[in-house]
Amino acid sequence: MQLFINEQCCRFQTEIRLFELRERQKPDADLLIVNGFPVSTDQQLKDGDRVVLIRRGEQPSVDELEALMMARHTPGVHEKIKNSCVGIAGAGGLGSNIAIALTRIGVGKLIVADFDLVEPSNLNRQQYFIDQIGLPKVQALTENLRRINPGVEIVAIQEKITPENLFKYFSAVNVMVEAFDAADQKAMLISNFLRSSPQTPLVAASGMAGYQPANSIKTRKAAQNLYLCGDGITAAQPGRGLMAPRVGIAAHHQANAVLRLLLGEEPE
Amino acid sequence: MDLCINGQQKQYSEPLSIVQLLEQLELTPERVVVELNREILTAEKRADIQLHNGDTLELIQFVGGG
Repeated sequence: MQLFINEQCCRFQTEIRLFELRERQKPDADLLIVNGFPVSTDQQLKDGDRVVLIRRGEQPSVDELEALMMARHTPGVHEKIKNSCVGIAGAGGLGSNIAIALTRIGVGKLIVADFDLVEPSNLNRQQYFIDQIGLPKVQALTENLRRINPGVEIVAIQEKITPENLFKYFSAVNVMVEAFDAADQKAMLISNFLRSSPQTPLVAASGMAGYQPANSIKTRKAAQNLYLCGDGITAAQPGRGLMAPRVGIAAHHQANAVLRLLLGEEPE
Repeated sequence: MDLCINGQQKQYSEPLSIVQLLEQLELTPERVVVELNREILTAEKRADIQLHNGDTLELIQFVGGG
């Protein structure tokens, strides 16, 4: 009989019951999940059942977490993501959301740059908490990312990115992400990065303010190795602010474009 | 002079630099990424480039927000 126990395939010569399995595999488990449902009574397990044995409050080790994620992603995909490095310029509404998505899928290394501190008004769309107000964004983000997946290597740079220091920090990334707020900073980063690293794909965003329909946000190839997410026109301005849903949609367009590029697929 | 700008053919009677073209199109130069014949140009690099007949340009204008 074959069972999947905490996402690992295990074979048994004879039939086995749930409590007996717990006794053998993880006697201190106090939460038993069979095929997605919590179970409190003993039962006969069937071939192919998926059993998750959890001890409440216990955190999986980095290796265990990786095994769980690998099972979710299929091994070939997971290997590619794990061995890759992504640069993110800006840790605001776009960058903080992108970093979380890439951490959840287990990108091996993230290099995140932002000179700013967490302000109360950021909390309407950026992935920070009220007790992090005043902290450097890259520090707060690193703490949050470690709580999600401590196996991801985070390089946090609290500095303003300029044409001069750009190459120093981001020359070795597999994919670069533009996640700035100001239009001139976006253009500066993209022009200089693609000039210095023309072989490295860059995923940028433009146009995600307000609450226009979600489907107006698109991913398109805008130039050689430049992918652009957003509606392209809706600027942030007085009376049309940046809000969590649309900024999050654009950010996740970017994160998905990054994932597709890492897996050798065209984002568009 | 024929230019292909963002996939569309345009005719210009006067010689033009990239800076002049951006001005004519009423684009804010600092917010535009310029790709000339599949090569991205930095603001510094494009300052004194003259355009030639048959050049292909992608002009990508950015708006604020993120």
